[in-house]
Amino acid sequence: MSGLAELIAERLATLEPVYVELDDDSAAHAGHPGAAGGAGHFSVTIVSHCFSGAPRLARHRAVLDRVADLIPHPVHALAIRAYTPDEYFPAHERTAR
Amino acid sequence: MSIQDKIREQVKGHRVVLYMKGTPQFPQCGFSATATEILKRCGVDEFFSVNVLADPDLRQGIKEYANWPTVPQLYVDGEFVGGCDIMREMYQSGELQQVLGAKKPA
Repeated sequence: MSGLAELIAERLATLEPVYVELDDDSAAHAGHPGAAGGAGHFSVTIVSHCFSGAPRLARHRAVLDRVADLIPHPVHALAIRAYTPDEYFPAHERTAR
Repeated sequence: MSIQDKIREQVKGHRVVLYMKGTPQFPQCGFSATATEILKRCGVDEFFSVNVLADPDLRQGIKEYANWPTVPQLYVDGEFVGGCDIMREMYQSGELQQVLGAKKPA
């Protein structure tokens, strides 16, 4: 994991996620304008109880707020999928826990 | 007119506004291309689009107006809806079609 990815993961840890998957998609965007050197495209799937009762916009804001100072440099883009544990884990998995 | 006033006028003056990189005919960013495609699939062929690459002040201004750091940004009836990910999720759940189809309250 790159240093930048680690930094993002560290920031998102404050949302107390039960699951985080952070992908560095930078290579796929190499060479397009605004992504100098092909750096800085990330996507994150984050699952947290924090999102319970929060509408979509508020969830994305919660994530973006934590990395706002990194955008647009060095983070050019951060795709976000934010779920509550109930939404993310299938019901049969939950009952098995 | 300040940039913030200009943005307010744009989003209040048009039912559907998309701030994007490039144009609907020639998007210059994958996320803006996706946003355009989603609007088309929702049956919105005509919308007010603004190419933020053509206006650095506006590009900065929309980030402050919506308190949202990234592009694209969708507005419907003057309300900030979200960026590309939110548009995709709302499209997949059918919410976006509802928002776009609903008549503006009198």
